[in-house]
Order: sequence, then structure tokens, then C-alpha cells
Amino acid sequence: MNAVSSKYSHKDAGWRLFLKTIIARAYPRLIGQQREVSWMVFDVVMPMLAVIAYVFVYRALKAPEEYIGFVVMGGAMTAFWMNILWSMSSQLYWEKEQGNLALYIMAPNSMMAVLLGMALGGMLATALRAIAVTVLGSFMFGVKYEVTSYIQLFSVFMLAMAALYGMGMIMASAFLLFGREAWHMANLAQEPIFLASGFYFPIKSLPFWVAAGASIIPLTLGMDAMRQLIFPSGFQFGFMTVRLEILILAVMSVLFVVTAKMLLAYVEKIAVREGRITESRR
Amino acid sequence: MSTTLAIETKNLGRIYKLRGSKKETRKELIALQDVSLTVERGELFGLLGPNGAGKTTLIKVLTTLLSPTSGWARVAGADVHTEPKLVRPRINMVSGGESSGYGLLTVRENLWMFSQFYGVPSKEANERIEALLEMVGMKDRMHTKSSDLSTGLRQKMNIVRGFLTDPEVLFLDEPTLGLDVGASRDVRKFIVEWLKADKTRTLLLTTHYMVEADELCDRVAIINKGRVLACDTPTALKQRLQKDVMFEIETSPLNGLTPQMMEEQPEVKKAALTEIEGGARLQLSLVEESALARVINLFTQKDVKVMNLNKRQPTLEDVFVDLVGRSMAEEESSERSQ
Repeated sequence: MNAVSSKYSHKDAGWRLFLKTIIARAYPRLIGQQREVSWMVFDVVMPMLAVIAYVFVYRALKAPEEYIGFVVMGGAMTAFWMNILWSMSSQLYWEKEQGNLALYIMAPNSMMAVLLGMALGGMLATALRAIAVTVLGSFMFGVKYEVTSYIQLFSVFMLAMAALYGMGMIMASAFLLFGREAWHMANLAQEPIFLASGFYFPIKSLPFWVAAGASIIPLTLGMDAMRQLIFPSGFQFGFMTVRLEILILAVMSVLFVVTAKMLLAYVEKIAVREGRITESRR
Repeated sequence: MSTTLAIETKNLGRIYKLRGSKKETRKELIALQDVSLTVERGELFGLLGPNGAGKTTLIKVLTTLLSPTSGWARVAGADVHTEPKLVRPRINMVSGGESSGYGLLTVRENLWMFSQFYGVPSKEANERIEALLEMVGMKDRMHTKSSDLSTGLRQKMNIVRGFLTDPEVLFLDEPTLGLDVGASRDVRKFIVEWLKADKTRTLLLTTHYMVEADELCDRVAIINKGRVLACDTPTALKQRLQKDVMFEIETSPLNGLTPQMMEEQPEVKKAALTEIEGGARLQLSLVEESALARVINLFTQKDVKVMNLNKRQPTLEDVFVDLVGRSMAEEESSERSQ
């Protein structure tokens, strides 16, 4: 073909462009995972060390055997939270630093599609890490699963992911707006959230208002519901009923994604008005 | 707006509010002032000016990345501020020294990704990527990770990114910045071929390389401190000075002699100074050739040695000196010191 003079047969617009953008922006995440295999150490081996430590502590304390499964599951779900906190949140900031953000805004695609592409890529890449931790942990400690409702389990997982990555999209815009201040806040929140969200124990053990407060992080309720659905006596340790948790997660998903869209529109408006947000410091 | 116009601006202005401490009143920086320009479809239009002149700000406004604080601008028939969604599918931009894309992706993958943001069909995008990379001499690097590319090759990849979506109006902001002579020549050649192939395409190029503007552009706007000082074809701009006699002189250090002292001499129209290693380079614009003797006489009085002396035709740099009163290099260093 004559690359210089020929015209394209057509260019997609509307929802087709929206989908193309999501896939194209998810692509670097997925392909990057294959080319940069250090994640196996940082995202599988490291969380496994924490899982092993908790398992030994629980066994020494003669805690109920379900706790071992809770810990393995918490270790797997940690990967998603870390992905939100340190990758998804800072993504728009790094896009700005690299000079990509201006190109994204200038292109005819929707910025929401770019953000959804980042979320989808991050979620799929992280799912592989979570599966690796689950398989490894279950094999090492002989964890037994007994799913009471596959439909509910699938719903909980998908809604928890939608709400969590919706939250990640909000954080991405917030990090871009507030820069280092947002960074410090995330740093400050990391350990308390690990504690309050019950990554390694059921949140029912916490005072009600602490557990209720921690439920703002979608993984808290997501993990609580999943533990009830996949361990035979899991319901005994549940903070709320699975149905109620599904309902709350559904509301959170809509709320977070809509808020993310509004915040992104605001960020784009500020970027064009003030000019500083797309300014790379390189 | 006439359909023959690719770009039109009227009294365009942009003021930045600078962030200071909370107690201070916010300072303002005028980046663009009263810019009125028209660029015809099919034209290669140059914006020429020193760093900090407002070229990049103007490009940002025209590419919908920045709103104007006064006036208006239309690109491809649509208002950049009120109708950005109509402008964006028709434009693209490449900046010199940009590091866009992802280092873990190959050249082909990066280019494919950006093509998808414009809704280009994947198969056609891949065919065009291959053909464009061949044209810029990078086909053998198609499967190289972009983090492994040299600066020059990376910039060529960026250039291909801009052309890949086949925009109606393409903005190139200092596209040859940091490139070696050979790579710059390749890029310039490619730009000309691209424009020749379709007369409806328009290209706006910013540069502070005079030769680049002179060689490539159909028309050039000279911009300084946010204002357009002149706008015409390079030939017409230089013809303004045709009646003057131009000399370029390299000397030893000037020992306190200033361009102003030279301009005080009869029939010396302009003297612009650029510091060079071990001395100075002077651009002299004289009404009469005989005025050179008076300048040489000044050198003798101050014990300044002439190392090199050339009589030459006026260049766009001379036009800039004529309009601003000093060379681009002087203007840039004065901006930096403020």
C-alpha cells in the first residue's frame, strides 16, 4: 500500500471507538506482564511469605481450620488491593510524566475508555497473580473449598472488582490532581487498611463500627462474602449476610464508576483550563 | 469560516496564572497576545521564534489541550474551545523529544495502540505502520522494544505516530529537536513527501531552526513574547532586508564593545551579538557597505581581532534581528535570566 497517499477505508467512532480504546489501553498491561516477569517474585513469592507467617501463627494458636483458607484467600486478594493502591492510582500521574496524557486527551477517544482500559488490563494481569497465590497456598496448606452458590460467588467477585477498580479510577484522578499529597495519603492508609479490611482474618472479629468503616474498601465486603460462600462453615464468621453484601457492592460499583467518570471530566476540564495537568516535568 | 482555511485564529490570547505562595497575589504570564493567523489547506506553515516565544502554547491551544483566555481559534472548521470533539478526529501532534508510549512494547505495538485511539481498523493500521516505518528507514526495528531505541529512532517512531492516523491538520512542535543531521534530513524529506501526496493536508511546524523554516515552509510567522511580529513567505520576509548589506563577523572577545555602540555608527542599521567560544559572532546589517570600515575602526580602538568576515544574503535570522532588535540566542538568554 502507499502509506503516504492512501486514505483509510473508515475510522470507528462511538461505542466501537470506546471498545477499541479499552482494548488498546489494556494491551500494555497484559503484554508487559509477559515481558517483565519480576512480578512472580514481588507479587507471588512476597505475599506467600505473609500467608505462611499467618498460617503458622494460626496453627500455633490452634485457630479454627477455616482461618487457614481465609488467610490464603486474603493473600490472593492482596494482589488486587496493591494493584489499585500503587499501580492504578498512580497511572494517570505517570502517563502525564511520560507525555502520554496529552496525547490521550487530544485523541478523539473518551478518557473514560482509557481509564477503563487501564483498569481492565490491571485486573486481568492481577487475576493471574491472585490465582497463582491461591493455587500455591491451597496446595501447600491443603485448603478445602466447598462452594455453596457459584452464581452468588461469581456475582460477589465481579461486583467487588467493579467497585474496587471504580475506586481505583477515582484515585487515579485524585493522584493526578493532588500529586504527592495523594501519594502520602495512600502510604499512610496502606497498613491500617490491611488491618481493618480483614485480609488475614474475618472482620466480624472487629468492633462493628470499625468493620462498617472498613467496608468502604470494596474488598472488605467482597472477601467477607466470598469466605461465606466457599468455606463450609464460613457463614459463622460473616459480618453481614451475603445478599446484603451483594446489594451494598452493587451500589458501590455504580457509585464509584459514576464518581470516577465525573471526577475524570473535572480533571480534563481543569487540564484544559489551567494547562498544568498535562505538563510533563521531563 | 472559509472551507479553504485549515487554521484560523483571531485576537487569540493566553495568560497563565503562576502559582506562588498563598500570601502573594498570583502573578500572570502572558504567553500569547492578540494572535491572528490564517493557514490555508495544503499549506506548510512555520512558527518561528526563540524558546519561550509562545509557539508551544499556540500549538496546545490549537490541539484543544489548552483553552484560550481571549479570542478564538478554529481548526479544520471547528472551534477548538467549544467544539473540541469535532477537532480531535482531524488532527494529530508530535513534539520534539517526547517520550510517549510504553518501553515494554515494541515499536509496532506502540504505534498500533495509538492508532486504536483514533478508531483506525487494525489490519489497515498494521499495513500502514509497516509502510511508514519503511519510509523512515525503521522497518528492521519494528519488533524492537521502544525502550531499546536511540533518541533519534524514538523520535522517528513518534513522527510515524503522528502521520499514522492520516490527520487533516498535523502539528509538529520542534520535530527535529535533538536529532542528528542525518535523522533531521530524513524527517524533513518525509514531511515534504507526505504533504505533496495529498493537497488537502496541512502542516503547522514550530521550530527555532531558521534553516528548517526556510527550507520547508510555504509561509512563516515570526513570533516573540507571545506576539506575531511578521507573517509571510520566507522569500518575502527576507526581501524586506534585500536593500541592506549583511555581514557575519567572528572576533576575539569584544573588550567592552557593545552592539549598541556599533549601531550608533552612521549607516549601521542593526548589530546582533552571539557569544561563541573564545569570542563573539556579530550579525551586521548595514545601509551602505562603507559602514563596515567604521565598525572595523571600532574594533581596532578596542583591540578586538577579526577572525572571520563573510558578506552574505539575508536570512530569517536577520529578519528576526530586524524585527526584535537582537538575535534569537540573545533573546533566549535574556528570557532565561528574567
